[in-house]
Amino acid sequence: MKKILTSLALLGLVVAGTWMSSAAAIAEEEQNPAAPTHFPINEPKEMSWSFAGPFGTYDKAQLQRGLKVYKEVCSACHSMNLVAFRTLEGLGYSEAQIKTLAAEYTIHDGPNDAGDMFDRPGKPSDHFPAPFPNEQAAASANGGAAPPDMSLLAKARGVERGFPRFIFDIFTQYAQGGPDYIHSLLTGYDQTPPAGMVIPEGTHYNPYFLSGVSLKMPKPLSDGQVTYDDGSPQTVDQYARDVSAFLMFAAEPHLEERKKTGFRVMVFLLLFGALVYMTKRRVWANVAH
Amino acid sequence: MSEGHSTYTPKTGIERWFDARMPLPRLIYDSFVAYPVPRNLNYMWTFGGILSIMLVAQILTGIVLAMHYASDTNLAFDSVEKIMRDVNSGWLLRYLHSNGASFFFVAVYIHIFRGLFYGSYKAPRELLWILGCIIYLLMMATGFMGYVLPWGQMSFWGATVITGFFSAIPLVGNWIQQLLLGGFAVDDPTLNRFFALHYLLPFMIAGVVVLHIWALHVVGQSNPTGIDVKSKTDTVAFTPYATIKDAFGMIVFLFVFAYFVFYLPNYLGHPDNYTVANPLKTPAHIVPEWYFLPFYAILRAITFNIGPINSKLGGVLCMFGAIAMLFLVPWLDTSKVRSAVYRPWYKLFFWLFVADAVLLGWLGSQPAEGSYVFMAQMATLFYFAFFLVVMPVLGLIETPRRLPNSITEAVLEKNKGGSGHPAGATAAPETKG
Repeated sequence: MKKILTSLALLGLVVAGTWMSSAAAIAEEEQNPAAPTHFPINEPKEMSWSFAGPFGTYDKAQLQRGLKVYKEVCSACHSMNLVAFRTLEGLGYSEAQIKTLAAEYTIHDGPNDAGDMFDRPGKPSDHFPAPFPNEQAAASANGGAAPPDMSLLAKARGVERGFPRFIFDIFTQYAQGGPDYIHSLLTGYDQTPPAGMVIPEGTHYNPYFLSGVSLKMPKPLSDGQVTYDDGSPQTVDQYARDVSAFLMFAAEPHLEERKKTGFRVMVFLLLFGALVYMTKRRVWANVAH
Repeated sequence: MSEGHSTYTPKTGIERWFDARMPLPRLIYDSFVAYPVPRNLNYMWTFGGILSIMLVAQILTGIVLAMHYASDTNLAFDSVEKIMRDVNSGWLLRYLHSNGASFFFVAVYIHIFRGLFYGSYKAPRELLWILGCIIYLLMMATGFMGYVLPWGQMSFWGATVITGFFSAIPLVGNWIQQLLLGGFAVDDPTLNRFFALHYLLPFMIAGVVVLHIWALHVVGQSNPTGIDVKSKTDTVAFTPYATIKDAFGMIVFLFVFAYFVFYLPNYLGHPDNYTVANPLKTPAHIVPEWYFLPFYAILRAITFNIGPINSKLGGVLCMFGAIAMLFLVPWLDTSKVRSAVYRPWYKLFFWLFVADAVLLGWLGSQPAEGSYVFMAQMATLFYFAFFLVVMPVLGLIETPRRLPNSITEAVLEKNKGGSGHPAGATAAPETKG
């Protein structure tokens, strides 16, 4: 046992040594603030989310506000192709409310019996209609870069956590990299770039952007832009939180069910494991091993 | 181990009927009930069973997923999302399957390292070890092709990079690459053949697993002392002793697995794979799944030409060579002693090798630039030195510690320190319980 402990200590020393030397090497490559080589320039701010942790649940009022922000702001450019109106039952809406909500949209359907395409009001089984007929149209209307589909955005974005944080993330169950990133990006405009930094024309500086100094999307939200009727603050920060939470829901509508099922599974495995362990002790009681 | 003749006696009419025609109950009884296992096996020996249930779980979840999946580049990504959103418990099946692949590799790496630590590959278990290496190769192929199926950005670009390795092989390289892809680039034919092969290979794995277990039951299990079983007191019956211990090991493993499935289902994946594949947009860093990262680091460590071998071919040769080393281990290790417990120097180098493999894995996830390249080169050097220098030389110069005369003696020695077991109780364990 002592030998194993010594070996483990040695192992730890080697790992720590190589990590320290690499950390030192990275520090040597100190960045010039006007010409950064690693993005994002600033790490996303870690927010507190109702859906974090083993018992996390969505805050339905927040999701409804987030949907409002998506409908009134984001949906002008961003599609959400994978999300059906019926999914919004997860926001606490009744079937009738969803029918009304879906009917606000016009869906291009067809062909009918005469072979013609036609427009009709949306049904709960329809998905959110896209703002542009195709990717090329979306790109050409937005300065050459098509706005990404938002259905999975909260899972498709994430800033690398780096060593040793990715180890701690296992124990803290940190899985909110996507919403943290979206919130930081949306609140990260209005900052002055460092002197000497070149911002390409038609792009907007944002130190939280994942893949460069600036992005094509201009600052989308401003204070008071969306009217909330539940008294929540009508600020960019609140809008950003709400829409990030809503996008997490859009990307992972079964999150609550997953965590609930998970708790039952863990409790079962714990109890079953304890019983099997006691049985094992009993079986092996008279056998030295 | 297998030399003892069968102790099975059919008790019921049905059993006698079967035994006279096809002795399947006898085979099961001899393999999983009466089969003698060394009494001193520790929890490292539960990973064979864990791997078996992981294989079965992967096949079962995979078959149901295949019922809902469409292997067409225009449909694949959305069909996976349909599973996640609309199929009953589809999110569970898919997270079980994608994390199951990772945990399959967690288990196989522990299993392989256990073999390396306790010298489980030495005579007469060379063939058993090689069959295991073949399973590992098949697992890598299966895992790689499975990662392509969701048709996200990393699926596409990972497939492009990995199939690109083959083009480095002189003369036949391009032909092999085009055969794999079904064209000149990753596209619909690639996705379709990968799906077909991803469905086929697990059943080939199951076939080799049968051979692996067959070979195991001929030579018997090794054990932490590495000493051969010499008498009946050295062993206990598989059931109930190993079965209950395996069951407990499985539950602990499933607990960790479930923790990831339910609380961190995307921790081991890459966010880019939630963006549909786009052949016109290369991700900033293309990284394979975590279980390939050490080999990926070795591939990228070769940044220089060696004579007629350019850096690309050199990297590919080193990467495949790193896996080939495993096949040669039974003959590279010259030591007469199996277990690292009695080999102080080998034990030290073994743990250094584990640290090296972990370091290579981390380097594989980092961009191949700056000091990372030099670190990867040093780590690669140590990786190969472990197999080609340490293993052969250490066996010749190392003085092993004194070996106990038998497994029973080792067990009694260990328990002498007053663990509360009366010595008399150990005399004939198979009659107890």
